[in-house]
Amino acid sequence: MRPDVELIGVTKRYGHGPAAVDGISLAIPAGSYCCLLGPSGCGKTSTLRMIAGHETVSEGDILLSGRNVTLLPPAARGTAMMFQSYALFPHLTALENIAFGLRMRGVGKAERLARAAEFLRLVQLGAMADRLPAQLSGGQQQRVALARALITRPKVLLLDEPLSALDPFLRTQMREELKRLQRELGITFIHVTHGQEEAMALSDMAVVMDQGRIAQAAPPREIFEKPASAFVARFIGGHNVLELPGGRFAVRTDRTRLAPPPGGASLAGQVAAVEYQGAAVRVVVRAPDGQTAEALLPDGLFHAAPVAPGEAATLGWDAQDAHPLSPNA
Amino acid sequence: MPGRAARLLLGTLFVLFLLFLYGPTLTITILSFQGPDGGLTFPMNGVSLHWFGRLFQTQAVGDLGASMTRTLLLAAMVTASTVVISLAAGMAFRRRFPGSGALFYLTLASLIVPSILVSLGVGLLFNRMEWEPAWYSSAFGAQLTWTLPFGLLIMFAVFNRFDRAWEEAARDMGATPWQSFWHVVLPIIAPSVVGIALFGFTLSFDEFARTLLTAGSGNTLPLEILGMTTTVTTPVLYALGTVSTALSFLVIGGAILGMRLLRRRRGV
Repeated sequence: MRPDVELIGVTKRYGHGPAAVDGISLAIPAGSYCCLLGPSGCGKTSTLRMIAGHETVSEGDILLSGRNVTLLPPAARGTAMMFQSYALFPHLTALENIAFGLRMRGVGKAERLARAAEFLRLVQLGAMADRLPAQLSGGQQQRVALARALITRPKVLLLDEPLSALDPFLRTQMREELKRLQRELGITFIHVTHGQEEAMALSDMAVVMDQGRIAQAAPPREIFEKPASAFVARFIGGHNVLELPGGRFAVRTDRTRLAPPPGGASLAGQVAAVEYQGAAVRVVVRAPDGQTAEALLPDGLFHAAPVAPGEAATLGWDAQDAHPLSPNA
Repeated sequence: MPGRAARLLLGTLFVLFLLFLYGPTLTITILSFQGPDGGLTFPMNGVSLHWFGRLFQTQAVGDLGASMTRTLLLAAMVTASTVVISLAAGMAFRRRFPGSGALFYLTLASLIVPSILVSLGVGLLFNRMEWEPAWYSSAFGAQLTWTLPFGLLIMFAVFNRFDRAWEEAARDMGATPWQSFWHVVLPIIAPSVVGIALFGFTLSFDEFARTLLTAGSGNTLPLEILGMTTTVTTPVLYALGTVSTALSFLVIGGAILGMRLLRRRRGV
């Protein structure tokens, strides 16, 4: 399938400092949910804003459905952006906010309000048409922002940390809804987040970024099972990154056990912390050479042979669970 | 929460401050209702509206009607110019342009230069150029040197807190820069723009020092009042004070009411 969004050697420089985005190339398949993931300052938001057209591209090209849009204004690209702060216009009602894009395009009042009402129903806020943003809850504001971005029928929806302002319960709920909308509309979503859990839950393709470069771009399962570097393994979480006699390895914490299996590798040391997490217990072990590793043990397994901080312990795993990493990345 | 004694002290201080602030105005208001035979000082010699009536008759000294008209017209001109120029300048200052720093300090400098010197300077300039100073030219300019820096400072404060994402969102949805200003920026900052207008109006309405040497032959109301204090010896002066104070309150009250209505229409 032809990619919907293609970045070719895209670089962004602010002033004379190091590049915020450093020559990244990426092809995002049509109709997919793509998450740009990374710590703050990794260039993910700059990348999104360049795709949207709110940031100029220092070098490189951006193609949308095969068309070079690098120099086009945002509205001519076929993208729509949902802002982190939602950027709802405080003086317009929910309905008027949604109709804004049509109003700018000169669509008549009756028609644009009717279409806006349709989109308000799409995000299940039919009863809130006449409310002002200040009279809506955070979750409702977000739905309005979503409807406002979708009404111009974009081919690509760009979302800048859309869930960061919501409380954890609402976040999970909105996450499901975003995924549902993306499936129903069949358009490409590009979603910037710093939460790996969010990226895993949503994306067909996750792009982990670090210092302006792409560290790994792959389906989330591949990233979790075969992290490309120590950075990816640490950032995605759930891994021990260890320097072992055979080189550097990433070992999933949920595959690590307190008893070394026959023929497996192991790390001996002292229990540094024990954390009860309900279904699982997290045991941190510090080796004499200073390395720490942890095991996420099913609670039954832990309680059958509990350990306490200060006791000697040996973590172990099957040799096939140790994923080799390149030593310098 | 401060202690009992401290609260009492602060309360007393505040009441004293209020007395200091409104005492003189109150005194003049009361004295303006002096009976026909009353004088410029207490005691009240009866209560009447006599001096308000006299206010609108021809005066032996001073022409109140004409100076009031001039002052109101001038205030309207100053208000309109201040709003338009401050708004435009505020938008311009959002992005740095060559010389923006110097221009900013020059603007602020006119707040610091003593008013009477500004007045003198403008008066001298008109004299040198052999232009006729008048309330609508030289005094208008002199008053703008006072209202514009205030307007600009308010715009700075407004745009400091203004979320650029609003304009980006408008652009994202296909608004031209002009549409984004008209449909998004202006409605959002409207309350501050009304504030600048009020500021401009009240500053101009009672401006004295900057008008003193620039008004030419036609006096504004504050100048006329100064002239009258030295020549008029009747409470008609107080009646004038009461009327102009009432007018100021009316303008401010009207603006506040207008903003309330606007807000209610929006439903905030």
